[in-house]
Amino acid sequence: MPLPRLIPCLDVAAGRVVKGVRFQELRDVGDPVELGASYSEAGADELVYLDVAATIEGRSSLPDLVARIADRLAIPFTVGGGVRSVSDAEALLEAGADKISVNSAALERPALVSELASRLGSQAVVVAVDAADGAVRSRAGSTPTGRRAVDWAREAEERGAGEILLTSIDADGTRDGYDLELTAAVCEAVSLPVIASGGAGSAVHVADALAVAQAALLASILHENPARLETLRSELRNLGVALRDAA
Amino acid sequence: MNVAVCEYGAGNVRSVVAAFGRLGAAATVTSSPADVADADLAVLPGVGSAASAMAGLRERGLETALRDRVAAGQPTLGICLGLQLALEESEEDGGVAGLGILPGRAFRLREGRVPRIGWAPVEPSGEAFYFAHAYAVETPAATARSEGVVAIAEHGSFVGVQFHPEKSAAAGARFLERCLSRA
Repeated sequence: MPLPRLIPCLDVAAGRVVKGVRFQELRDVGDPVELGASYSEAGADELVYLDVAATIEGRSSLPDLVARIADRLAIPFTVGGGVRSVSDAEALLEAGADKISVNSAALERPALVSELASRLGSQAVVVAVDAADGAVRSRAGSTPTGRRAVDWAREAEERGAGEILLTSIDADGTRDGYDLELTAAVCEAVSLPVIASGGAGSAVHVADALAVAQAALLASILHENPARLETLRSELRNLGVALRDAA
Repeated sequence: MNVAVCEYGAGNVRSVVAAFGRLGAAATVTSSPADVADADLAVLPGVGSAASAMAGLRERGLETALRDRVAAGQPTLGICLGLQLALEESEEDGGVAGLGILPGRAFRLREGRVPRIGWAPVEPSGEAFYFAHAYAVETPAATARSEGVVAIAEHGSFVGVQFHPEKSAAAGARFLERCLSRA
């Protein structure tokens, strides 16, 4: 197996990195290209850019921003938020994204996953699954879907998804640790790589997640601070997690 | 130094161009067989499916241009699907004939989590590169492996890599630099 991955997640809106609670009162905290480059220098294995305004405003992420990121960064990155069609996804990949992530649109129309995989290749298709108490919710966690996370992950795999980005709504924001039970259940259900998300408060939490999943998404634990990623990496190494040598 | 990056409807050419740009090399995206024939270094990138990628190469006349330049000893780099397409065949899409630039075939990975995604050390150097692939290659031209998978294959003036040097940070930049210095 490849080495465990640390993946900082940057929330973006209107071309800037933002911070906010439940998409209200978004605060500008920096430039996505500069912050992404700093994370890359600090040893990030990949990045996820999530357009938090996209689904709510009903438009797709900005290919212009993606192009600026691709010109600058030499690590892989995923773009999510508002991808509703193959043409949305193609525009982002043409602009230089390595992968796109789909969530609500795939739940509304699961055939979208099959279409994306057949056009772009599985390795470019990340299916994001947000779950509370094992059940999938859509539209930024606001809407129940009646599906179990393990079942939806399995269907996504059958339809050609390349990775599952699994967020526990229960754990998200608590900083009490990842939802290891949910993560283990999904890892058991699929043979795709799984990215654990939600709940990281310490290096031990991240190490625990990486013992189950293939990658850990890092959001609030980093506070948009690349120096924190460097210290986290050395803490993880001290805990025996084999990370890549980023030199 | 003139680097031609083949555009044939299969993949992330922008990142490849940007990676060469960061090394000070002028890379241009092209679908023209004449550009590919004239370049100091031609790059065949690629992600996605083998069948549609081969069709894309053929439609643009790049199939012959790539074979001819390798036969003439001109440096050529295949990345990921670009390595797989250079072989004799792939088992993807029910079986696809490749360019036949080097012996061997691409097969679907059956062990571990597939696609195989992430950074993994490449032996013998031990440096980690970024991989994202569901198919791997078997070829007598292999010169480096990663976790049992062929990571680099070399045949005459052709070098193929299963990993993505353009996405492999400093290690990738050093690899591309070596490709440029040989061209």
